[in-house]
Amino acid sequence: MANTPLTPGIVSGRLGAEQYRDNFADKAPPLTPHEAAVAADRCYFCHDAPCVTACPTAIDIPLFIREIATGAPRAAARTIFAQNILGGMCARVCPTEQLCEQSCVRETAEGKPVAIGRLQRFATDTLMAAGGHPFTRAAPTGRRIAVVGAGPAGLACAHRLAMKGHEVTLFDARPKPGGLNEYGIAAYKTVGGFAQAEVDWLLGIGGISLRNGMALGRDITLDGLRAEHDAVFLAIGLAGVNALRAEGEDKAHVRDAVDFIAELRQAEDLSKIAVGRNVVVIGGGMTAVDAAVQSKLLGAETVTMVYRRSRAAMGASEAEQNLAASKGVRIVTGAAPLRILGEGAVEAVEFAYTKETASGLELSEETFRLRADQVFKAIGQQLEGAPEGLALSGRKIAVTGPGRTSLPGVWAGGDCAAGGDDLTVTAVAEGRDAAEDIHATLMGEG
Amino acid sequence: MADLRNDFVGIKSPNPFWLASAPPTDKEYNVRRAFEAGWGGVVWKTLGEDGPPVVNVNGPRYGAIYGADRRLLGLNNIELITDRPLEVNLREIKTVKRDYPDRAMVVSLMVPCEEEAWKRILARVEETGADGVELNFGCPHGMSERGMGSAVGQVPEYVEMVTRWCKANTRMPVIVKLTPNITDIRLASRAAHKGGADAVSLINTINSITSVDLDLMCPEPTIDGKGTHGGYCGPAVKPIALNMVAEIARDPETRGLPISGIGGVTTWKDAAEFMALGAGNVQVCTAVMTYGFRIVQEMIAGMSDWMDRKGFSTLSDFTGMAVPNVTDWQYLNLNYITKAVIDQEACIKCGRCYAACEDTSHQAIGMTPERRFVVKDEECVACNLCVDVCPVEGCITMRRLAPGEVDPRTGRTVPAEYGNWTAHPNNPAARAAE
Repeated sequence: MANTPLTPGIVSGRLGAEQYRDNFADKAPPLTPHEAAVAADRCYFCHDAPCVTACPTAIDIPLFIREIATGAPRAAARTIFAQNILGGMCARVCPTEQLCEQSCVRETAEGKPVAIGRLQRFATDTLMAAGGHPFTRAAPTGRRIAVVGAGPAGLACAHRLAMKGHEVTLFDARPKPGGLNEYGIAAYKTVGGFAQAEVDWLLGIGGISLRNGMALGRDITLDGLRAEHDAVFLAIGLAGVNALRAEGEDKAHVRDAVDFIAELRQAEDLSKIAVGRNVVVIGGGMTAVDAAVQSKLLGAETVTMVYRRSRAAMGASEAEQNLAASKGVRIVTGAAPLRILGEGAVEAVEFAYTKETASGLELSEETFRLRADQVFKAIGQQLEGAPEGLALSGRKIAVTGPGRTSLPGVWAGGDCAAGGDDLTVTAVAEGRDAAEDIHATLMGEG
Repeated sequence: MADLRNDFVGIKSPNPFWLASAPPTDKEYNVRRAFEAGWGGVVWKTLGEDGPPVVNVNGPRYGAIYGADRRLLGLNNIELITDRPLEVNLREIKTVKRDYPDRAMVVSLMVPCEEEAWKRILARVEETGADGVELNFGCPHGMSERGMGSAVGQVPEYVEMVTRWCKANTRMPVIVKLTPNITDIRLASRAAHKGGADAVSLINTINSITSVDLDLMCPEPTIDGKGTHGGYCGPAVKPIALNMVAEIARDPETRGLPISGIGGVTTWKDAAEFMALGAGNVQVCTAVMTYGFRIVQEMIAGMSDWMDRKGFSTLSDFTGMAVPNVTDWQYLNLNYITKAVIDQEACIKCGRCYAACEDTSHQAIGMTPERRFVVKDEECVACNLCVDVCPVEGCITMRRLAPGEVDPRTGRTVPAEYGNWTAHPNNPAARAAE
């Protein structure tokens, strides 16, 4: 007897094969050449364009759109990649409605911005499908640089360094490179193995040797790396997960959302992934949305996201919130978990409504319970395993300028470094800028 | 409700919108549908001599120029005159005219430069009951290689001669269609006038190569690896046509000569502009080839609405009204001083005005870090480029400085009186102003 969304407990195979395929298909399919031409024609080629200012990697957006409009999508892709070598992934995952597209003058004029993200994907997909690598390396410098973490920041840094003629060793703790691109993003945003294909394509520059399964502090040490390299770039992300600090957090089927998302991304067969009938996701960021939406797409009957503050304060963008709502996820705001209830395994979660007061968020007396056979915690990640001797700023690695840490010869960027939003595109910018600074320093220009 | 009825050299039609001699008017099926759609008249596609008809290429006949969103702005063609037998065309013209007596039926003609040839065909056309003929002296491709079309239109003496032959051999009104492929359009219109033409129609298409296929290294449209120049038309040619119509309308030698305006007429507004510059009616082709016959309903409704708003009850109320305002540069008022003004509420902050002014004009627009764009009156020469490149209609306007105000650019007080170049102190040929 096959399972359905109504089957109690945590089970797999709640849906038919066709439903899994439809649910996890490309969220925003690529533009056809005709659609791209129509979309590109809407760009006004603004002077000192606000969209460029809004882009953390400062891609020359009007230029690349003009290149698409004039029938040169590969030139458009080179314009993009020159600023952002992960322009393909950013085209898929950037919260464009908060960045470039929010500042588009056609958003001001008509409430409908130029489809910058989708045009970027059209250009980058076109060039990547054509094969080959668009950049060449400078003459060898003889310098060796260690990059720790093959996520967006590490990849961007490694690529830029390799392009400058340096020899790069790229370490990553996980079995595959890509970082959150490979393990931390909802499956429907990056279908068809794109994350790995993008890494393979990026490494086509040459001069980067990839060492997977090498964790800092376990297999390698910062001191060791410093001894053997001319510079080190740390892009180790946020490996720790914040605790809920609610009673009963240790009950069975209470799980970190990031683990669930990673498991889902690595699954060969989605019908083998078990999900609860009644799922509760605690948190209000992108990770919470990714976990909630994918739970629903796997066939959970009810999925509720609960966030302690207001909707406006949620980390998830409005577009992400709308996506969640459209998939049937219920979003409850202004409530915080008090205790996880259940005999051994979770059966329900008790929440208290919160109040914003002058002294911060306070719990009110009013409570409610949500039935749950599975709970995902998505209340943020934290830096874990930072090497000794590095100054921190708050709970992240302190940096000045383009990623310089307190240790000479050591740079850091991406989510592990202080400052900047925890976005893929911000990580790329930090990796790229650190690479430029490393290069300038090593070559005596810094 | 405005009265759109049109009387052009005695040819009556319910509205001033005719279809020009072209593919849309090549046969009965099309013309019947055009009349059903509401077109006031047609100029039937050019008939040639009796005998084996001309043949057309069997590859592409058109090339195109596009604006944003692939909007067709210009079309070029290498099609010849009708490739159907004369007898068939004449029979169809007669049938259609019989069934639509209230519509204008004008027949375009092109035969060799011999009086007998013109005489023969004019007699055949008269038998159909058609309202008039239009002499095709304009077609710039194919037929011109055979001594017809623009090969005639480019030689004023030929224009006059053939026009005279036609006037002598028919009772029908004779409209002479002019080619724009000539340095001074007035020479051709004067010749037609001297030959006794009842009217001129213009412009015919412009010699053109629309594009080059960069793989084949060949002009488009491409026929087996070769291309040839074609006739260019559509919205892109409207400014050229308007100027030529105005040149004829204000030429003392042809004053009062009726004009049928042709060239990129796409909307009611285009038609009104041609008529304001002296055209008695208009002919349309590219617009219907792009959108179909139905657009005439917009043209009828739009012109009627505009005339009502303006208080014009008949077409003649505004026909030619703009002609007295077409003048030579030397008579433009140099004391008319304006400055661009940017409406900050309407501005969407694209900065195109800034780029245009800063890079290519007078550095008269300032930009703040908040992307506020403001005109510097002390630099603004009122060129209007910012208005033209602004994507928001009405966002940038030109404000006239009142007499007595000081122009911050020149430091001079704006005079109240008119003053032009002829009397300007910088003009070496200026006449004394006593």
